[in-house]
This record gives sequence, C-alpha cells and structure tokens, in this order.
Amino acid sequence: MNIYQEELLDHYENPSNYGTLPNPDISHEEDNPLCGDKIRMDLIVDDDFIKEVRFSGYGCTISQAAASMLTEKIEGKTLTEVKNLSRDDIMDMIGIPLGPVRVKCALLALKVLKAGAYGIKGWPGEEEE
Amino acid sequence: MTQKTMYTSAFRPLDVQAIREDFPIFTETPPLAFLDSAASTQTPRPVVEAMDAYYDTYRSNIHRGIYRISEEATDQYEKARQKVARLINAPRTSEVIFTRNTTESINLVAYSWGSANIQQGDEIVLTDLEHHSNLVPWQMLAQRTGASLRYLEITDQGLLDFTQLQDVLTEKTKLVAITHVSNVLGTINPMQSIINAAHAAGAKVIVDAAQSVPHFHVDVQQLDCDFLAFSGHKMCGPTGVGVLYGKLELLDEMPPFLGGGSMIRSVERDISTYADVPAKFEAGTPSIAEAIGLGTAVDYITQAGLASIHVHEQELTKYAHDRLQKIEGVTIYGPAPHQKAGVISFNIEGIHPHDVAGILDTHNVAIRAGHHCAQPLMKKLDVIATARASFYLYNTYEDVDRLSEGLQNAQKLMTRRNI
Repeated sequence: MNIYQEELLDHYENPSNYGTLPNPDISHEEDNPLCGDKIRMDLIVDDDFIKEVRFSGYGCTISQAAASMLTEKIEGKTLTEVKNLSRDDIMDMIGIPLGPVRVKCALLALKVLKAGAYGIKGWPGEEEE
Repeated sequence: MTQKTMYTSAFRPLDVQAIREDFPIFTETPPLAFLDSAASTQTPRPVVEAMDAYYDTYRSNIHRGIYRISEEATDQYEKARQKVARLINAPRTSEVIFTRNTTESINLVAYSWGSANIQQGDEIVLTDLEHHSNLVPWQMLAQRTGASLRYLEITDQGLLDFTQLQDVLTEKTKLVAITHVSNVLGTINPMQSIINAAHAAGAKVIVDAAQSVPHFHVDVQQLDCDFLAFSGHKMCGPTGVGVLYGKLELLDEMPPFLGGGSMIRSVERDISTYADVPAKFEAGTPSIAEAIGLGTAVDYITQAGLASIHVHEQELTKYAHDRLQKIEGVTIYGPAPHQKAGVISFNIEGIHPHDVAGILDTHNVAIRAGHHCAQPLMKKLDVIATARASFYLYNTYEDVDRLSEGLQNAQKLMTRRNI
C-alpha cells in the first residue's frame, strides 16, 4: 500500500498554504482534462522572490498533495528556481513510483506555476515551450 | 424476414472456468480481476493463434495477388466478413465494411453520408448518453453544414426520457445517432421504438453498438437500423479493426470516404470510377490479420453463446449492485440492474475516482476512472468523474468480491480525511 503513504495522505488531509490571495502578482488555474483535477496557484512575488503562495482546487490525493508539498518547497525561493524545477524534482518530492497517468496528477501544480509565471504550456519533462 | 442463423444461440450457463483457461492473462496468482472490458477486452488464445497463422503461414496482401497465399489471405479476410454479417444478421455480406474502430465507422458515415445528405437547417438528434465518438463527428458535421444538434435527455434514473421524443423529432430531423448501450451507465436503450419513431419522422438512424454487439444478440434486420457501428477490441478481437454495417441502398449512393487503392474500378488522370461496396469504403491495405482475428473472436463469443454471456453479465451486475450498495457512501449511477448491461459507474463519498482506481490497482483489480469519453453526461450527472467496473464472459463472482473488498480498504485508508 505504498501508493498512499502517510506523508501524502497528511498533505491531502491537512494541506499547507491552501486558499487564495486577495491581490496576487500571479494567479493561474488549469485543469487536467484526463481526470478533471483543477489547481489554482496565487503568488506574491517581490524581486523574483516568492513571498507568499496559496493553492486551491480539487482532485485526487496525488494532485492535491503534490500541490501542497510544492507550495512548501517554493516559498521564499525565486521564480527562476521554480522555472528550473523538473519532473524528477517532483517525483523525488512525492517519493513513490507513479504510472504515466498519475504522473500528470503529480505534475499539475508545477505546470500551473510555470504557465502562470512564464507562459510555459507543456507538461514538465515533456515539450516545454 | 429475420432468418434464424447458426449464431442465434440457445441459453446454457457459461463455463467460466473453462473460458478463463483460454486467456493467459488470468493465469497469474492472484489472478488479475479485470473489470474494464467496456474499454477493451482481453484476447483469448484462438484469436491470437488465428492472427499468428496469418503472419506465420500466409502473410500477403489481399485482393490482388495471383499466387496461392494471397488467395488464402483474401479468402480468410472475406470469411471474417461473412462471420460478422451472420453475427448481426446482415442481409448481405457486402453491407459489412471493415474500418479501424467504432469511431472511424461513425466518421465514415458523418463525412460520406452526412456531406451528401445534411444541409443547413437540418437537425441531427443525439442523446445525453453518447460517447464522444458518437457526438464529436456530428458536431463537426453540423459545423460544416450549418445543421444543428438536438438532444434527447435522460431521466434521473438514467433512462431516455421518451416524453421528449415527439418534441425532439421534427420534420427537420434527418438523422438520429444513438448508442445502443451507454458505456457509462450501462443503460440499454429501447432501440426498436426509437428507430420506428425516427423512421416515421423520415429520419435515418445510426446505432453506436460498441457496447451491445459484444454482449448480446443484435439483429440489424429486426432493428431495421440504417447504420450500425462497433469495434473488434471490445469483443475479444484485436485492436485496429472495427465494423460499419449499412443498408446497401444507402451505401451504394454514398460517395467514398477515403480515396486510394482497392476502392477504385478504374483510374484516369483526372477522374476515377469507384468499386462497389464494400471495397468502395476500404481504401488502402486494411488490417488483414486483425480482421481475421475478429472473425475468430466472433466464432469464440458465439460458441460461448451471446444469450449465455448476457445472462452471466446480468447476474454479475446484480451481485455487484448488492455488494456495492452495502458499502456506506457508495453512489451507483444509472438504472437498476435489470435495465442495464454489465457496466457499473459509481463514486465513494470523499474519495476521488482516481484514488479509488489507484488503490484497487494495488489489489490487482483493474477498473476505469475518469469521464469515460462522455463529458456532457458527466456534467448532467453533476460529477467530475466516476469509477467504472464492467464485466464480460470471463469475469467471476470472486472478481466482484475483490472489487468490494478493495473498495472497503480504500475507504479505510482514505476516510481519516473528511474536510
């Protein structure tokens, strides 16, 4: 039963940085048409530094837990660092092996961030434009 | 007019254990509980062996070789067409066209018949239950021609609302495109009354039979449908081959769909004349091995007995309804078991269907989760997605038990959370 290990379930149950920001510098929302999962990311950015971040949305454990973990990871970091985050970084963060469909659940939050900040449309690790 | 054929089987119970021995995928321990046959079925050995025999002993192109193995390939390909024609009781073998799948069959009609017969102001009637494959081609046709789409809606029980039929069918209706069995809810639509009503209104009818032909006896003469489409890979056959049945007088008048080799009679620089049906609609080298495999799949399911398969699936469906309804928080969508085929869409309160499927997978139970290529229906049901279990001739009560136990495990794991 390693697929739903404690850490993931904890993030799903008690997500970090869940909610929205009133006047975000960046706000972007996308869904995964395969399963209908939806994530919105709101950011306050000061001189490339991410001062505050909130996520909202709905979906499966993987997509919501990954979003929660990602907000913890990027708070206080720079957008440039976010841009450099890769598919493998997210997989390391999740810490469990995922099949190709569920990988997209895990990557949705990062995809939303990169699209919101840089207009990058593709899935992380695939054709990022 | 309906002829009794060798394929009209009397009922005898399925020997499920014997059937399972034909499917190598079920030999592992614990066996795979495969509950996603509505998406694609497993393949029995005889089907694979028939395709191997083609590749190993008479591989060649059809309809052109003068040599022996090409004649053999042509013969086997055409025999497969005869088997399919007998399966659906088509009056003529030439009314069976091999395509890639149901989707391609429907697109063939949308482009070929649709472009010649649908004009601005015409109406095409669909239902709430349609799979994207019987919806998007008609949207595209409507956009090309200026026709419009109308929908026959479903009731809260997931059955078509017949009170709307007289409103929806008008003198503008040129086509009714309707699924025989819903791939999401399992609803078996009363095709006979719909087809009769459509014909009375002067409309043609195309039936999406992807979820019916594999599971019970479908007789195109009895239905009197104008077109009927289904896929090989949902009936123990291989991927890459599907069927379009059409009434000969319609097929004869339709322009070709794809142009190329095999579909012509003669070609000059500026103009060609076309072959008769079915060749007119089979441009290029077709899926030869796959068509032969489909012919063997037809043999396989008819030997098992379509009536027996249907009864077996209904018993499993009823049993699964009973088991699932005992689990707190489970919602089953669609009609009661006796009004539907072996398809159960459900959700568990507080657990995303992807998580349900993910946890079941760790129990070696395969179900589908998602929108099932029916996004308008998901919207109607007011859900993002559902989990779906579907049955076929090789499924057992034990498979249902493992589904039920897996769901209870998922619930234990996930219901700590209820935010």
